[in-house]
Amino acid sequence: MDDRIEKRIELKAPVSRVWRALTDYREFGEWFRVRLDGPFVPGQVSRGHITYPGYEHLKWEVVVQKMDPERLFSFTWHPYAVDPQTDYSKETPTLVEFRLEKTANGTLLVLTESGFDKIPAERRAEAFRRNDGGWTEQMKNIESHVAKKP
Amino acid sequence: MSQRSHSRGLRVHAPVFAALGDETRLLLVAKLSEGRPYSISELTRGSSLTRQAITKHLRVLESAGMVRHAHTGRESLFAFNPQPILELKEYLDLVSEQWDQALARLKTFVED
Repeated sequence: MDDRIEKRIELKAPVSRVWRALTDYREFGEWFRVRLDGPFVPGQVSRGHITYPGYEHLKWEVVVQKMDPERLFSFTWHPYAVDPQTDYSKETPTLVEFRLEKTANGTLLVLTESGFDKIPAERRAEAFRRNDGGWTEQMKNIESHVAKKP
Repeated sequence: MSQRSHSRGLRVHAPVFAALGDETRLLLVAKLSEGRPYSISELTRGSSLTRQAITKHLRVLESAGMVRHAHTGRESLFAFNPQPILELKEYLDLVSEQWDQALARLKTFVED
Protein backbone atom coordinates (compact mmCIF):
# COMPACT_ATOMS: atom_id res chain seq x y z
CA MET A 1 0.00 0.00 0.00
CA ASP A 2 1.16 3.46 -0.77
CA ASP A 3 1.22 5.93 2.07
CA ARG A 4 1.46 8.92 -0.20
CA ILE A 5 -0.63 10.75 -2.71
CA GLU A 6 1.13 12.16 -5.74
CA LYS A 7 -0.34 14.41 -8.39
CA ARG A 8 1.37 15.83 -11.44
CA ILE A 9 -0.17 18.68 -13.34
CA GLU A 10 1.17 20.74 -16.21
CA LEU A 11 0.35 24.42 -15.94
CA LYS A 12 0.55 26.78 -18.89
CA ALA A 13 2.17 29.53 -16.88
CA PRO A 14 5.77 30.43 -16.04
CA VAL A 15 7.32 28.96 -12.90
CA SER A 16 7.47 32.41 -11.32
CA ARG A 17 3.71 32.81 -11.78
CA VAL A 18 2.96 29.42 -10.22
CA TRP A 19 5.36 30.12 -7.37
CA ARG A 20 3.50 33.31 -6.57
CA ALA A 21 0.13 31.54 -6.68
CA LEU A 22 1.46 29.00 -4.21
CA THR A 23 3.34 31.17 -1.77
CA ASP A 24 1.65 34.56 -1.76
CA TYR A 25 -0.87 34.01 1.02
CA ARG A 26 -3.58 36.04 -0.68
CA GLU A 27 -3.18 34.24 -3.99
CA PHE A 28 -2.98 30.85 -2.29
CA GLY A 29 -6.14 31.69 -0.43
CA GLU A 30 -8.02 32.49 -3.63
CA TRP A 31 -7.63 29.13 -5.34
CA PHE A 32 -7.35 27.01 -2.23
CA ARG A 33 -10.34 28.77 -0.73
CA VAL A 34 -8.96 29.85 2.57
CA ARG A 35 -8.66 33.31 4.15
CA LEU A 36 -5.21 33.50 5.71
CA ASP A 37 -4.22 35.83 8.51
CA GLY A 38 -0.77 36.63 7.12
CA PRO A 39 2.16 35.62 4.89
CA PHE A 40 3.75 32.18 4.88
CA VAL A 41 6.98 32.03 6.88
CA PRO A 42 9.08 28.84 7.10
CA GLY A 43 8.94 27.31 10.56
CA GLN A 44 5.87 29.28 11.53
CA VAL A 45 2.23 28.41 11.90
CA SER A 46 -0.11 29.75 9.24
CA ARG A 47 -3.65 30.36 10.44
CA GLY A 48 -6.87 31.26 8.74
CA HIS A 49 -10.37 30.17 7.86
CA ILE A 50 -11.66 27.98 5.10
CA THR A 51 -13.82 29.85 2.60
CA TYR A 52 -15.00 26.75 0.73
CA PRO A 53 -18.82 26.93 0.64
CA GLY A 54 -20.27 24.85 3.43
CA TYR A 55 -16.97 24.62 5.32
CA GLU A 56 -16.61 28.23 6.45
CA HIS A 57 -16.73 27.19 10.11
CA LEU A 58 -13.41 25.41 9.75
CA LYS A 59 -10.03 26.76 10.74
CA TRP A 60 -6.94 26.46 8.61
CA GLU A 61 -3.78 25.76 10.52
CA VAL A 62 -0.58 24.45 8.99
CA VAL A 63 3.12 24.69 9.81
CA VAL A 64 5.13 26.04 6.91
CA GLN A 65 8.22 23.90 6.37
CA LYS A 66 10.23 24.92 3.30
CA MET A 67 10.13 27.79 0.85
CA ASP A 68 12.87 27.17 -1.68
CA PRO A 69 12.09 29.85 -4.28
CA GLU A 70 10.48 28.57 -7.48
CA ARG A 71 11.36 24.99 -6.55
CA LEU A 72 9.72 23.75 -3.37
CA PHE A 73 6.99 24.87 -1.02
CA SER A 74 5.97 22.56 1.80
CA PHE A 75 3.89 22.48 4.94
CA THR A 76 2.58 19.98 7.46
CA TRP A 77 -1.07 19.79 8.39
CA HIS A 78 -3.84 17.52 9.45
CA PRO A 79 -5.57 16.51 6.24
CA TYR A 80 -9.24 17.30 6.09
CA ALA A 81 -9.65 18.07 9.72
CA VAL A 82 -13.27 19.00 9.20
CA ASP A 83 -14.90 18.23 12.52
CA PRO A 84 -14.70 21.37 14.71
CA GLN A 85 -15.35 19.24 17.81
CA THR A 86 -12.29 17.10 17.24
CA ASP A 87 -8.84 18.02 18.46
CA TYR A 88 -6.68 17.01 15.53
CA SER A 89 -3.49 18.29 17.14
CA LYS A 90 -2.91 14.90 18.75
CA GLU A 91 -2.80 13.23 15.37
CA THR A 92 0.32 12.81 13.32
CA PRO A 93 0.44 15.48 10.63
CA THR A 94 1.05 14.73 6.98
CA LEU A 95 3.58 16.56 4.83
CA VAL A 96 2.38 18.42 1.75
CA GLU A 97 4.99 19.33 -0.86
CA PHE A 98 4.62 21.37 -4.02
CA ARG A 99 7.55 20.96 -6.40
CA LEU A 100 7.96 23.06 -9.51
CA GLU A 101 9.83 22.28 -12.70
CA LYS A 102 10.14 24.38 -15.82
CA THR A 103 8.82 22.72 -18.98
CA ALA A 104 8.62 23.73 -22.64
CA ASN A 105 5.06 24.98 -22.21
CA GLY A 106 5.14 26.25 -18.69
CA THR A 107 5.46 24.51 -15.35
CA LEU A 108 5.18 20.98 -14.11
CA LEU A 109 3.74 20.93 -10.61
CA VAL A 110 4.23 17.78 -8.57
CA LEU A 111 2.18 17.64 -5.43
CA THR A 112 2.78 14.99 -2.82
CA GLU A 113 1.11 14.36 0.48
CA SER A 114 2.93 11.81 2.59
CA GLY A 115 3.09 10.44 6.09
CA PHE A 116 -0.25 8.69 6.27
CA ASP A 117 1.85 6.20 8.09
CA LYS A 118 5.50 6.05 8.98
CA ILE A 119 6.26 2.82 7.29
CA PRO A 120 8.95 2.62 4.62
CA ALA A 121 7.08 1.88 1.41
CA GLU A 122 9.82 -0.41 0.12
CA ARG A 123 9.47 -2.81 3.01
CA ARG A 124 5.74 -3.08 2.59
CA ALA A 125 6.00 -3.53 -1.15
CA GLU A 126 8.49 -6.33 -0.64
CA ALA A 127 6.21 -8.14 1.78
CA PHE A 128 3.25 -7.84 -0.55
CA ARG A 129 5.14 -9.26 -3.48
CA ARG A 130 5.33 -12.55 -1.61
CA ASN A 131 1.65 -13.22 -1.60
CA ASP A 132 -0.78 -13.62 -4.42
CA GLY A 133 -3.99 -13.84 -2.46
CA GLY A 134 -6.87 -11.41 -2.34
CA TRP A 135 -4.74 -8.89 -0.52
CA THR A 136 -2.74 -8.19 -3.66
CA GLU A 137 -5.93 -7.26 -5.48
CA GLN A 138 -6.89 -4.96 -2.67
CA MET A 139 -3.51 -3.26 -2.86
CA LYS A 140 -3.88 -2.77 -6.59
CA ASN A 141 -7.23 -1.12 -6.00
CA ILE A 142 -5.72 1.26 -3.51
CA GLU A 143 -2.75 2.00 -5.72
CA SER A 144 -4.92 2.79 -8.69
CA HIS A 145 -6.85 5.27 -6.62
CA VAL A 146 -3.87 7.14 -5.32
CA ALA A 147 -1.81 6.68 -8.46
CA LYS A 148 -0.19 9.47 -10.33
CA LYS A 149 -2.60 11.46 -12.41
CA PRO A 150 -1.67 13.58 -15.40
CA MET B 1 -17.61 15.45 0.08
CA SER B 2 -18.30 12.82 2.67
CA GLN B 3 -18.43 14.39 6.08
CA ARG B 4 -18.38 11.04 7.82
CA SER B 5 -15.11 9.72 6.45
CA HIS B 6 -13.44 13.10 6.63
CA SER B 7 -14.19 13.74 10.23
CA ARG B 8 -12.91 10.33 11.21
CA GLY B 9 -9.63 11.21 9.62
CA LEU B 10 -6.31 9.71 10.52
CA ARG B 11 -7.32 9.07 14.10
CA VAL B 12 -9.20 6.03 12.87
CA HIS B 13 -6.93 5.09 10.02
CA ALA B 14 -3.48 5.50 11.51
CA PRO B 15 -3.74 2.30 13.60
CA VAL B 16 -4.54 0.38 10.43
CA PHE B 17 -1.43 1.72 8.72
CA ALA B 18 0.60 1.11 11.85
CA ALA B 19 -0.65 -2.46 12.20
CA LEU B 20 0.46 -3.11 8.64
CA GLY B 21 3.91 -1.68 9.32
CA ASP B 22 5.40 -5.02 10.26
CA GLU B 23 6.48 -7.76 7.94
CA THR B 24 5.16 -10.61 10.08
CA ARG B 25 1.76 -9.00 10.31
CA LEU B 26 1.71 -8.34 6.59
CA LEU B 27 2.40 -11.98 5.93
CA LEU B 28 -0.33 -12.97 8.38
CA VAL B 29 -2.77 -10.65 6.66
CA ALA B 30 -1.74 -11.99 3.27
CA LYS B 31 -2.45 -15.53 4.44
CA LEU B 32 -5.72 -14.69 6.16
CA SER B 33 -6.96 -12.72 3.16
CA GLU B 34 -6.96 -15.93 1.12
CA GLY B 35 -10.48 -16.28 2.38
CA ARG B 36 -10.68 -18.91 5.08
CA PRO B 37 -10.03 -18.73 8.83
CA TYR B 38 -6.81 -20.19 10.19
CA SER B 39 -5.84 -21.58 13.56
CA ILE B 40 -2.75 -20.37 15.37
CA SER B 41 -1.08 -23.73 14.75
CA GLU B 42 -1.58 -23.32 11.02
CA LEU B 43 -0.29 -19.77 11.10
CA THR B 44 2.74 -20.74 13.18
CA ARG B 45 3.66 -23.64 10.90
CA GLY B 46 6.45 -22.76 8.53
CA SER B 47 7.29 -19.65 10.54
CA SER B 48 10.40 -19.15 12.63
CA LEU B 49 8.29 -17.38 15.24
CA THR B 50 6.79 -18.95 18.31
CA ARG B 51 3.09 -19.45 18.87
CA GLN B 52 3.21 -16.67 21.47
CA ALA B 53 4.81 -14.25 19.03
CA ILE B 54 2.25 -15.04 16.33
CA THR B 55 -0.56 -14.58 18.87
CA LYS B 56 0.80 -11.18 19.80
CA HIS B 57 0.84 -10.06 16.18
CA LEU B 58 -2.70 -11.35 15.69
CA ARG B 59 -3.83 -9.27 18.66
CA VAL B 60 -2.41 -6.13 17.05
CA LEU B 61 -4.30 -6.90 13.86
CA GLU B 62 -7.39 -7.65 15.85
CA SER B 63 -7.24 -4.35 17.72
CA ALA B 64 -6.98 -2.54 14.37
CA GLY B 65 -10.12 -4.43 13.31
CA MET B 66 -8.49 -6.37 10.50
CA VAL B 67 -8.72 -9.75 12.13
CA ARG B 68 -11.52 -11.41 14.06
CA HIS B 69 -11.30 -14.56 16.04
CA ALA B 70 -13.78 -17.20 17.09
CA HIS B 71 -13.46 -20.26 19.28
CA THR B 72 -14.23 -23.64 17.81
CA GLY B 73 -13.69 -26.37 20.34
CA ARG B 74 -10.27 -25.87 21.87
CA GLU B 75 -8.80 -23.87 19.03
CA SER B 76 -9.14 -20.22 18.17
CA LEU B 77 -9.71 -19.49 14.51
CA PHE B 78 -8.63 -16.19 13.04
CA ALA B 79 -10.34 -14.62 10.03
CA PHE B 80 -9.63 -11.55 7.91
CA ASN B 81 -11.96 -8.57 8.04
CA PRO B 82 -11.47 -6.31 4.99
CA GLN B 83 -13.55 -3.42 6.34
CA PRO B 84 -10.74 -1.26 7.83
CA ILE B 85 -8.70 -1.43 4.66
CA LEU B 86 -11.74 -0.56 2.57
CA GLU B 87 -12.37 2.46 4.79
CA LEU B 88 -8.74 3.42 4.48
CA LYS B 89 -9.05 3.29 0.73
CA GLU B 90 -12.18 5.43 0.90
CA TYR B 91 -10.34 7.96 3.03
CA LEU B 92 -7.36 8.17 0.66
CA ASP B 93 -9.79 8.50 -2.24
CA LEU B 94 -11.35 11.52 -0.59
CA VAL B 95 -8.04 13.21 0.19
CA SER B 96 -6.94 12.47 -3.37
CA GLU B 97 -10.14 13.88 -4.85
CA GLN B 98 -9.80 17.06 -2.78
CA TRP B 99 -6.35 17.62 -4.27
CA ASP B 100 -7.67 17.06 -7.79
CA GLN B 101 -10.22 19.79 -7.21
CA ALA B 102 -7.76 22.19 -5.57
CA LEU B 103 -5.20 21.72 -8.36
CA ALA B 104 -7.88 22.26 -11.01
CA ARG B 105 -8.71 25.58 -9.33
CA LEU B 106 -4.99 26.46 -9.24
CA LYS B 107 -4.71 25.68 -12.96
CA THR B 108 -7.58 28.00 -13.79
CA PHE B 109 -6.12 30.61 -11.48
CA VAL B 110 -2.64 30.76 -13.04
CA GLU B 111 -3.68 30.19 -16.66
CA ASP B 112 -6.42 32.82 -16.83
